[in-house]
Amino acid sequence: MAKDIDKYFRQDKLPHIWCSGCGHGTIMSSMVRAIDEIGFDQDKTVIVSGIGCSGRAPGYLDFNTLHVTHGRAITYATGVKMSNPELEVIVVTGDGDGAAIGGNHLIHGCRRNIDINVVLFNNNIYGMTAGQFSPQTPTGCTATTAPYGNIDQNFDLCSLARSAGATFVARSGSAYPRKLNKVLQSAFEHDGFSFVEAMSQCPVNFGRRNDIGNAVDMLRWQKDLIIDQEKYEELSAEEQEEKLPAGILYQDEKEEYTQKYDKLIKEAKSGAGE
Amino acid sequence: MRDRNKKAKLLQGDEAVVEGGLLAGASFFAGYPITPASEIAEGFADKLPERGGKFIQMEDELASMGCIIGASLAGEKAITATSGPGLSLKAENLGLGIMIEAPCVLVDVQRVGPSTGLPTSPSQGDVMQARWGTHGDHPIIALSPASVEETVDMTIRSFNLAEKYRIPVILLLDEIVGHMREKVVLPDPDDVELIERKRPEGVDPEDFNPYEETEDHIPPMPDYGSGYRYHTTGLFHDKTGFPRGTAEDARKLMDRMTAKIEENRDDIIDLEDDMQGDEEVAVIAYGSTARTAISAVNEAREQGYKAGWTKLKTIWPFPREYVSQLAEKVDHIIVPELNQGQLIGEVEKAAAGRAEISGINRYDGTLIPPQEVLTHIEEVV
Repeated sequence: MAKDIDKYFRQDKLPHIWCSGCGHGTIMSSMVRAIDEIGFDQDKTVIVSGIGCSGRAPGYLDFNTLHVTHGRAITYATGVKMSNPELEVIVVTGDGDGAAIGGNHLIHGCRRNIDINVVLFNNNIYGMTAGQFSPQTPTGCTATTAPYGNIDQNFDLCSLARSAGATFVARSGSAYPRKLNKVLQSAFEHDGFSFVEAMSQCPVNFGRRNDIGNAVDMLRWQKDLIIDQEKYEELSAEEQEEKLPAGILYQDEKEEYTQKYDKLIKEAKSGAGE
Repeated sequence: MRDRNKKAKLLQGDEAVVEGGLLAGASFFAGYPITPASEIAEGFADKLPERGGKFIQMEDELASMGCIIGASLAGEKAITATSGPGLSLKAENLGLGIMIEAPCVLVDVQRVGPSTGLPTSPSQGDVMQARWGTHGDHPIIALSPASVEETVDMTIRSFNLAEKYRIPVILLLDEIVGHMREKVVLPDPDDVELIERKRPEGVDPEDFNPYEETEDHIPPMPDYGSGYRYHTTGLFHDKTGFPRGTAEDARKLMDRMTAKIEENRDDIIDLEDDMQGDEEVAVIAYGSTARTAISAVNEAREQGYKAGWTKLKTIWPFPREYVSQLAEKVDHIIVPELNQGQLIGEVEKAAAGRAEISGINRYDGTLIPPQEVLTHIEEVV
């Protein structure tokens, strides 16, 4: 079913700067389709990003868009959402931006359960700076700063988000654009902090260096890596170590932060005269 | 501005920031606990909600700076407060605030550094950090009050300057002013002049350019959600807000941001002085040190010395024209500072060898007593 999503893009800013074969465009497209299906008002939606390949997405999107410092997008988004809870606020981040330099802001955003939707484009590498290892570069893979192989462990970002208090946690990827679209739609509709880890492929600075191959090979690699949660649950513990569960992994209804704050204001106002 | 018959309050400087902020229309505070500025956060946490304002304690100093800039973009009058170690962290997002021209107020209650230093002792060691703390060339406005009452007034002025010039304004208290209690008569809210940022009027959103070159170099700023969708970035950008990566855009934006402050120095710079016209020696000071300077000069005059004082209320932009003219008239300029000599460099630059400049410096958490300034006056004359 073809949809007219052109109106959500700043046509004069296209084509985008991402390398050929990059998965970020697929994720951006899934985001826009989700926004279209929900019917967010472009004037009332703010998309915030940090630094890195993912950080460039908002520039192509015709909303209120804010491209800030490395790792800090959630802090700016928190200021926007607190100030005007009627605005829909989406944060686009990456595995370096969101899980390394911005990791603290991510866990505290989750903890507050403020209604911000974080989409973390995970391409397993610092792509824009040409291939240094990130917290999500798999152990053993090589990068320009891990020429002998990466000895660091990765985060399980979805488990991290859940344990930090996010009330919506999901994983999908560019290999599954339709599933990703559905997941993002549910995330954006969720009232509270939502975290979606969207796996992306970086054939230029990750795949090629690690003999995974070209973009198509990388999508196969991703399909092999992330599998639906139901199938994941059926695997043995040993088999699970090689995979990551995908889909909506956790969802809960808890009072959202700005709504709590509105109550606090009402209480403060009623008590102010006493 | 003040009805002196009104009941006075006994306030400390940190509390005066809260009172001044509320009078200025502050509607948003984000911060992180730090000595000796925590009382500012505590005051806003208590008083903003009953006025419909918002307070949020963030996970760190970087976050609180980002948060108030986000709030500013959404249309709020936003403020944060910290001390030296926090200013170091806030410097990153302060740079973005300057680059995207987001009005907001950053209070720094200075303590002795570097590093953890002396957390509960006064200092004026962040003067140059206020000017150059974030990387790259940039304009900045910084004010420094010498009393609790001045803190009220300068907090209001910080918001007004931030809104008028679309720039983060740094309010530099020192720990003495921050924690000292003094009698303060608050101005009547109806008498407080408030300045609001220019917002786009009568412009078709389709034709709106967020960083349009205007005659006063200050582009109108819409609130998020008001129908003017635009892009903002810390990259050098053209009038549309988008980066093109050209030298021309970088130069034009830097020139405009510089001009909006430089061409309005007369409006921004505020100082007080007491000169009889026949001074041989002038003492230039700011913050709590100005009180020492005034006391010492008064004593020196009683002893027959031809001495005068200047209290700088605006630190940045630095009043170089004033100091240049002063250097023509006096033989000696003394600059007492609670640091190893920071603003004295600006005084030397402005005086350009036409007067003898000397500093009196403490950087160990103790104050400069008036007697020390008096002795110095005696020595130089």
